[in-house]
Amino acid sequence: MADVLVLVEQFGGQVKKATAELMTAARRLGSPVAVWIGPGCDDGALATLGEFGASEVLVADAPQYTDHSVAPIADVLAALVAQRSPAAVLVASSATGKEAAGRLAIKTNSGIITDAVDIAADGTATQSVFGGSTIVHSRVTQGTPIITVRVNSIAPEPQATTPSRSTIDVPVGESSTKARVTERTEATKGGRPELAEAAVVVSGGRGVGSADGFGVIEQLADSLGAAVGASRAATDAGWYPHTHQVGQTGKTVSPQLYIANGISGAIQHRAGMQTSKTIVVVNKDPEAPIFELADFGVVGDLFEVVPQLTEEIKKRAGA
Amino acid sequence: MKVAVCVKQVPDTWAEKRLRAEDSLLDRESADGVMNELDEYAVEQALQIVEAAGGEVVVVSMGPERAAETVRKALSMGADSGIHVVDDALRGSDAIATATALAAALKGRDFDLIVFGSESTDARMSVVPAMVAEILGIAQLTFAQKVLVDGSAVTIERVTDYGFDTVTASTPAVISVVEKINEPRYPSFKGIMAAKKKPVETIGLAELSLDPGVVGSRASWSVVADFSARPAKAAGVVVSDAGDGGVKIADFLAEQKFI
Ligand SMILES: Cc1cc2nc3c(=O)[nH]c(=O)nc-3n(C[C@H](O)[C@H](O)[C@H](O)COP(=O)(O)OP(=O)(O)OC[C@H]3O[C@@H](n4cnc5c(N)ncnc54)[C@H](O)[C@@H]3O)c2cc1C
Ligand SMILES: Nc1ncnc2c1ncn2[C@@H]1O[C@H](COP(=O)(O)O)[C@@H](O)[C@H]1O
Repeated sequence: MADVLVLVEQFGGQVKKATAELMTAARRLGSPVAVWIGPGCDDGALATLGEFGASEVLVADAPQYTDHSVAPIADVLAALVAQRSPAAVLVASSATGKEAAGRLAIKTNSGIITDAVDIAADGTATQSVFGGSTIVHSRVTQGTPIITVRVNSIAPEPQATTPSRSTIDVPVGESSTKARVTERTEATKGGRPELAEAAVVVSGGRGVGSADGFGVIEQLADSLGAAVGASRAATDAGWYPHTHQVGQTGKTVSPQLYIANGISGAIQHRAGMQTSKTIVVVNKDPEAPIFELADFGVVGDLFEVVPQLTEEIKKRAGA
Repeated sequence: MKVAVCVKQVPDTWAEKRLRAEDSLLDRESADGVMNELDEYAVEQALQIVEAAGGEVVVVSMGPERAAETVRKALSMGADSGIHVVDDALRGSDAIATATALAAALKGRDFDLIVFGSESTDARMSVVPAMVAEILGIAQLTFAQKVLVDGSAVTIERVTDYGFDTVTASTPAVISVVEKINEPRYPSFKGIMAAKKKPVETIGLAELSLDPGVVGSRASWSVVADFSARPAKAAGVVVSDAGDGGVKIADFLAEQKFI
């Protein structure tokens, strides 16, 4: 069976859910080879990759790979493509994932498909474009198919393996070390599931009114084990960190449940949440365009509706 | 400092976008063309860099005849001159072909910085800037929420999932910007008048020494097999809060097995 290269999404050695999704898709095409770029690939990480069927784990953790932005990832993947002629290269649709995939496409003269929501056994990718209004099936016709996959689109299915681990040692191009990362700054509000991979997202917009107002949003999120999102109006006002912005220029989320509170539903916001499976809306303006997307909506003041909902959820959980 | 800024003409953000049945390409004729929203931030950033460090801003766009309007808009915001890459053979170019043509147009012109938006609202790929950096073999400083230019040293804050990375390089470099970075200026009346007299070079594949085989639909290395409209979602239920809105949502969530 041909190899399928999977670029591992991880942060600080913690394997992200996107990786399990990529591995699940990769197994339809061949034998998944996990490529880990960065520090922290310990036994725990290896075990997690094994749960989802990695046949091998290849690790690049030397400074030449980790101290520069994006470019060395493409160097590593290009070298592996040359060595192994994989059936495909699968990468998560994060900013870095897409950019590395783009550079790899240039290096290997290969076609690229971004933001796939599904991949079939013959390599055909499904994309959901124009705010989810159109479903497209596409295929790469030259070189090694390079496909980036939207997080939360493919249900991870475990398949236990015991992968081998080896260290990658391939040269990094001179131009790939030109951009140097001097510092990494964490600005996310921790303690909740990560926005892009959460099954439930509770978001607040300008209607929340203040940073303090986000307290009611966080309480609802916690009652559901959800991540907190925000519209750009709310992040620009400084009420919530920019890392939580949902939308065209924020994160694209596709959870099972999205609850929008005090958000009008501007096209740029919809671009990041429209493919959520179930959408609930609370807004005091019955004309707000976000209601067009709602499976269930309440026209009302979020400061009355949301706390009542939180209480009700807690009450029912206790019952 | 010689700064290029790459801008794309896209269908109006609010227009309904659709693929054409005959060739699966985006129907660009049926909607008004506007400058890609994020590229307005790129133009603003390029202008600010040159206002601080001196130099010139050259706007570069690849697109059909009418993309000249978008070049003109950047000139009316304050860019000094334009390069419009237009050729029938470029129709249907994918990201790789677009990056190839843009890189050919940028090459050999001694740009210190090449500024992009971080995403086009029609393709939404966010790959063209990285591809151009790869082809030109220069530093990639992308997804910037802040840019600092100090002589030949350029430092940005790159937006990440967890916050941001501080990334630094020497010129020449490719930059892409996110919308948090600045507030794009509106063209003034004076700017609009001045733009009419600014030079725009219109070039095709011959001037770029590019073989038509490497761009356009023929060279696009991925194909659309088929497409369809997503089945319409059943209309949802919207109720007015009569003091029990929260309870009603809880009922709905219970019915859907979320709680
Ligand atoms: C280039 C570009 C990129 C952008 N990217 C993004 C992006 O990624 N994400 C994003 O979100 N936006 C983005 N935007 C901004 C977008 O256009 C909107 O401005 C923004 O989404 C509006 O946020 P909002 O819905 O919270 O605010 P508003 O549009 O002001 O809506 C607030 C809503 O709250 C309701 N409300 C007020 N008080 C209450 C209350 N007490 N109870 C219930 N409801 C209440 C109001 O009825 C209203 O509908 C972008 C814009 C541009 C130009
Ligand atoms: N045809 C084009 N002409 C000029 N610049 C472009 C073109 N296509 C893309 N770009 C630039 O590349 C950025 C990212 O586009 P994309 O990779 O398509 O999302 C845009 O914001 C533009 O700055």
